[in-house]
This record gives sequence, structure tokens and C-alpha cells, in this order.
Amino acid sequence: MPEALHEPFHDIGKQRSAEEAGIWIFLASEVIFFGGLFLGYAVYRLRLPEGYGAAMAETNLTLGIVNTALLLASSATMAFTVWVGREGLQRATVTGLIATLALGTAFLAVKGVEYYEDIRHHLIPGHPDFPVDVPGAEMFFSFYWAMTGLHGLHMAIGLGIIAWTVHAVRSDRIAWRETAHLHVVGLYWNLVDVVWIFLFPLLYLVGR
Amino acid sequence: MSSTDAEGYIAQEPDYLGAGHTVRSWLLTTDHKRIGILYLVTLLFFFLIGGAAATFIRLELATPPGDLVTADTYNRLFTLHGVIMVWFFLVPAVPSTLGNFLLPLAIGARDMAFPKLNLLSWYINLVGGLLALAALLLGGVDTGWTFYTPYSSLYSNSYVTLAALGVFIAGFSTIATGLNFIVTVHTQRCEGLTWMRLPLFVWALYATSMVIVLATPALAVALAMVVMERVFALGLFDPAQGGDPILFQHIFWFYSHPAVYIMILPGFGVVTEVLTCFSRRKVFGYEAMVFAILGIALFGFFVWGHHMFVSGQSAYASLIFSLLSFLIAIPSAIKVFNWSATLYGGHITFEASMLYALGFIGLFTLGGLTGLFLASVPIDVHMHDTYFVTAHFHYIMVGGMVSAFFAGLHFWWPKITGRMYSELWARLAALLMFLGFNFTFFPQFILGYMGMPRRYHSYPDEFEMWNVLSSAGAVILAVAYLMPFVYLGLSVYRGRRAGDNPWQARGLEWQTASPPPRENFGPLPVVTREPYDYHRSDEEPSAREGDLDFPNRSDTETR
Ligand SMILES: [Cu+2]
Repeated sequence: MPEALHEPFHDIGKQRSAEEAGIWIFLASEVIFFGGLFLGYAVYRLRLPEGYGAAMAETNLTLGIVNTALLLASSATMAFTVWVGREGLQRATVTGLIATLALGTAFLAVKGVEYYEDIRHHLIPGHPDFPVDVPGAEMFFSFYWAMTGLHGLHMAIGLGIIAWTVHAVRSDRIAWRETAHLHVVGLYWNLVDVVWIFLFPLLYLVGR
Repeated sequence: MSSTDAEGYIAQEPDYLGAGHTVRSWLLTTDHKRIGILYLVTLLFFFLIGGAAATFIRLELATPPGDLVTADTYNRLFTLHGVIMVWFFLVPAVPSTLGNFLLPLAIGARDMAFPKLNLLSWYINLVGGLLALAALLLGGVDTGWTFYTPYSSLYSNSYVTLAALGVFIAGFSTIATGLNFIVTVHTQRCEGLTWMRLPLFVWALYATSMVIVLATPALAVALAMVVMERVFALGLFDPAQGGDPILFQHIFWFYSHPAVYIMILPGFGVVTEVLTCFSRRKVFGYEAMVFAILGIALFGFFVWGHHMFVSGQSAYASLIFSLLSFLIAIPSAIKVFNWSATLYGGHITFEASMLYALGFIGLFTLGGLTGLFLASVPIDVHMHDTYFVTAHFHYIMVGGMVSAFFAGLHFWWPKITGRMYSELWARLAALLMFLGFNFTFFPQFILGYMGMPRRYHSYPDEFEMWNVLSSAGAVILAVAYLMPFVYLGLSVYRGRRAGDNPWQARGLEWQTASPPPRENFGPLPVVTREPYDYHRSDEEPSAREGDLDFPNRSDTETR
């Protein structure tokens, strides 16, 4: 069994709250990071409303809805994992993590299909055959690619961490019962979700 | 846990330097003190590179025609100088070296809350630094340290992507450090160390960390957008696609103005520690100092538009940003007044670190006051992009921050290495730095006032005299910067043993051995008094006991 308590802590409760404080601070900085993209999206949307509306009609709403459902489900399985993890149930924890991993991977797979479709339709800013000829349409797709790309990168990092956690919990490599590890991973995953909750209406719904 | 003798000293345990001598024991350490040293080494390396670039700049400007380097090389030189100095020297200077070394010691803790993350942050910093360095060695970047669009995103044929990625990655290193500091201050303070008993150095690091965590990601996203525009041809700032290059400036300065406070706030903390110690005085107006630090950290987020008065933002926005920039001078002035009041009636002695700290106050005040000139819209329209601006921010960053860094380095050097350096040479270097600095940068105020624009490698003859003065001053400054490398380096081998507390200072870091043991303290200290209790509040300050120049051999040494 690995040691739960790390230097310089002498009290596991205090260590847990320190770990949780750490991830909340990190999430605050992540919010500012995505905030820059949301700011850019908002500024240009205000200036180029027609282009945004026309371009949004080109995004694949069906795949967007499927992905939203997948990600919300993965949030639920992650929350379940944190909850059974606190109870110390190893098999349930591993199951919850694997379910989250599967749902998250499915999201990225669907996103990949969607990207393929987008490229097939020349929805690339600056492309000579870009289908929408309204000023601002290309800008919408610039943000579409930048925002979903960076969101996807965060998901990929999260999936990597979850995959490692599956291994670590299964082999008891970390003291997952006592430390805040699962909680920290769960909070990060939920942030990735929350970002998508904002991206989905902004890129697929509002003004369509 | 180490065993301790009757007085609570750690019994014959090797200090943190003696805890292992292999390269591995350094590169895989999680000891905050060793990580501080690792940072110090990389930091000085980047300082020398940035300084070398500055040397070429001053050499080129010593004569009016552009005869040493081409205009294009000159662009790459000042970009190299700016990028390296801002992100790989000034931003991490005090927090990552002195902060890392001293924060746990100053709050009576055994280490940072997350020791492994602390080490990781050094490696991230190294990767970022090497990427930026690679970009600069492959041929350099010609955008200036500000990476302004659309030049950086659409036109520049230099290694913008690589350099931007380097800065982007280094940003995560400072975020990790800031996060670590915040959690450490919240969870690791020793018994009795309430918030209002924290040394102001700790408060300054805490406020800096807040700014780091909340501002740095804005830089990250701005640079990420530039990189995406270059690599994937997304027109995020491209006017041809409806983009607005000014948006980049807004996001960039939303980081880069607070970054000024990331660089200067830790200096405020260092200077407070040094001034109180060498005037044997309680700090004047402790609470006001705390709220001034927090106020500066907060208001720093709302003044970024003062960099964009001539960028075409609305006149109303400019007026509001101007007003807010004037308001932020209030907490800064509170600090300067309180430092002066702290000195008043104190038993002042002029050790090298005190000279650096006093130099800081003078240079920072001049830099701050010229900042008020620039905060007023009509003057800024006249002065924008002239040497007046260059001189102003060098007074803050180099005159202020580098002086504070050296003040701290000299003040805590006996704690870090356990040795005393040559006080005479150190005082000489401190005086030379103050002299050389003013010699170099004061003429630039005049050049700017006369209308010489920044970032040109040649200039009309009428500017020659002031430029020659500035270049001559730079020689003095360079000597003053190189001197500490020699006498501090020598002190490690030849210096007198410092003893636990050569300055008879009151901070908790002075209550353990020099150099401190791996665990920092025997039993953790318990705080029962206010910080800076150099004298009782109903008593006048008194001079330090014993010989000032030759500290007594301390208890730890004779044991
Ligand atoms: Cu500013």
C-alpha cells in the first residue's frame, strides 16, 4: 500500500483540502484561458452577426447533440467514480473510470468524424472553395476550429490522466482512497465538460 | 523527522547542501531550497544572454549610423533581449529563486505544499527556455517582445511560432509556482503565524501568485491564437477575414500590465525585509502595506488600456484607463511613504543589501512618477514609442526589480550558502549599479523627450551625445552586474561562516541554521509576536548588538 500522506503534511484532511484548493486554483486559470477565446468570439459576433448566422448553419447539429449527450453522460460517470471512490469501492471505481474513458473517447471519435465532414465541405477559413460567402463566416469557422481544437486537446489530456488513473487504482499504485486524487481528476474533467456546455450553444445553436 | 538536541538544534545533521552531492540528487530533488538554487542557475544563464543582447544594442547605438548590425539583425537583438529578460529573468527572478528558497522558511514550514509540482515547474521552465533559445539561435524573432499582430501572425518570416511556444510553456511553469505558493501559504503556516503576522515578503509573494494564476493564461491564449493563425491559417486577427489586430493587444496587455506587478511586487516584499532589518525598525503601517499590496494586485487588472492610447481605442476608454492608471499610483505611493517612515528614527546602517534596497526606492519612485506622465493621454500621445517609454519601464524593471533582486540575494546569501561575502566589494557593486543605471537610462528620458523613437538601429546626429552617454553608462552597469558573480562566487569557497543570523534579523528563516537543514527546522517554530519586532512598540529602536561587520560565530557552529 502506498503512503497516503506526503511531505510536508501531517494530517490527511489538511492534505486533501490542499489538493482540492490546488485544482480549483488551476481551474480558475483555465477559465481565463478559455475566456480569451470566448471574448474573441463575442467581439466578432457583435461586429459580424450575419456571417456568424450563415456559417453556423453549416455546423453539424446532429453530431453536436450526440457529443453533448456523450459528454454529459461521462460527467455523470465521473461523478459516480468520485463518489464510490470516497467509499473505497475499488471495482466500482475502476468501472466508473473506464466508462468515463469510453464516453470521452467516443466524443473524440465523433469529433473526428465531424472534422472529416467539415474538411470535405471546405469549411476551412481562407479556403478558395469556402461555401459561405458572407463576411464573418470565415471568422466563425476560425473560432470553431480554435475552440473545439483546444477543447479537444484538454479532453485528450484528461483521457490520458484517466487512463493512468485506471491503472493506478487497479494496482493500488496510489492511495486513491485517502487522497483527493479522484476528486482532482473529476473536477478537471467537469471543467472540460462545462467548457463544452458553453461551446455547444455558441457553435451550433444560438442564431442558427 | 530529524533528532534534535536539548536546545532544539538539529543534531549534526548535514545541511541541505550536504544532503547529497550527485547530479542526480540535484536534478531529482524535491527540496524547495535546492529547487530555488536550480532556478538561480538557469535564471543567471538567461540574464547573461539577455544582457549580451543589450550590450550589442548599446554598442550599435553608440554611433548615429547603423554600422554594426543591419536593421533586421537589430530587430532580432531587441526581441531577444526583451523575450529573455521579461519571461526568463524578470518574471521568475524573485518568486522562483528567493521565493522558492524562503517562502517555507519564512512561514515556518518544512517544504512547499506540492514539492513534486515545484520540481516539475523548473523542468517546464527549462523546456520553455530551451524552445525560446532554439528560436533565437536558429535565426531569431523580429516582432519585439510584444508579438503584435498582424505582423507576428501574418508577415514575420522569423521563428515566431517556436518563441511563442517557448513563452507559452514557461507560462505554465509560473502558474504551477504561483499555485504552489498560494496553497502553501494557506496550509503550511506554523502555529501562531496568523495572516496579520505574515512578513510582507510573504504577502507580496502571495499577491504575486494570485496575479500569476489569473493573468498568465491570458498571455497563453493570446500566444496560442497567434500560433494557430500562423500554423493553421485561422484568421483570428486577420483583417482580411474581419479580424481585428487590436484584439490581440487587449488580451496581451490584460496579461502584460499585471505582469509588471508580477515582476515588481516580490521586489516590494524583499525591500521591506531589508529596510526594517538595517534600520532596526518596525515597518511603518503594516496593515496599510498589506492592503497596498493587495490593492495593487487587484487594480493592476484594470489599467491595461494605457498601452493602447494611440491604437485607436475609443477616447472614453482611454480616459477611463488613464484615470485608473492614476489611481493605482496611490497604493504604490503608500508603499514609498511607509518605507520612508520606516527609515525615520531608525538606526540605519549601510550594508550592501541596504544600499541596493535604498537604490530600489529611488529608482522605483522615478520610474513610477514618469509612469504618471505616460498615464496621461496627451503626454502619452506625444511620448508613445519614444525612448521616454523605454527609460520609464527600465527604471521600474531594471532599476527597481533588479536592484530588489540583488538586495534580496545579498540579504539572504548568508542563509543560502552559510557564508559571508566581501562587504566592501558588495557595497562598491551596489553603488556602481545605481550610478551606472542612472548613467545609462536617464539620458533616454531626454532622448525620448527630444523625440527619438525606440526600436531603430540608426538615428540623426542630434541625438548622438545622449546616446553616447547612455552607452558609456551601460559599460559601468555591465561591470556592476558582473562583480557579484565574482565576489559571491568566491564567498562560497572562501567566505567566513555566517552563523545563523548575521544581520540579527527577526524573520523565521533566521531561526534555523545557515545553510538550513533538509527539514528546515528542528521542532517547528511557534510565533507569539508581530513581525518585525526589532523594538517594543513603546521603545525607540536600538542599534544592533556586537560588531557590525564581523558577525559573531553562532551557537550552531560551536556546537
Ligand atoms: Cu501598463
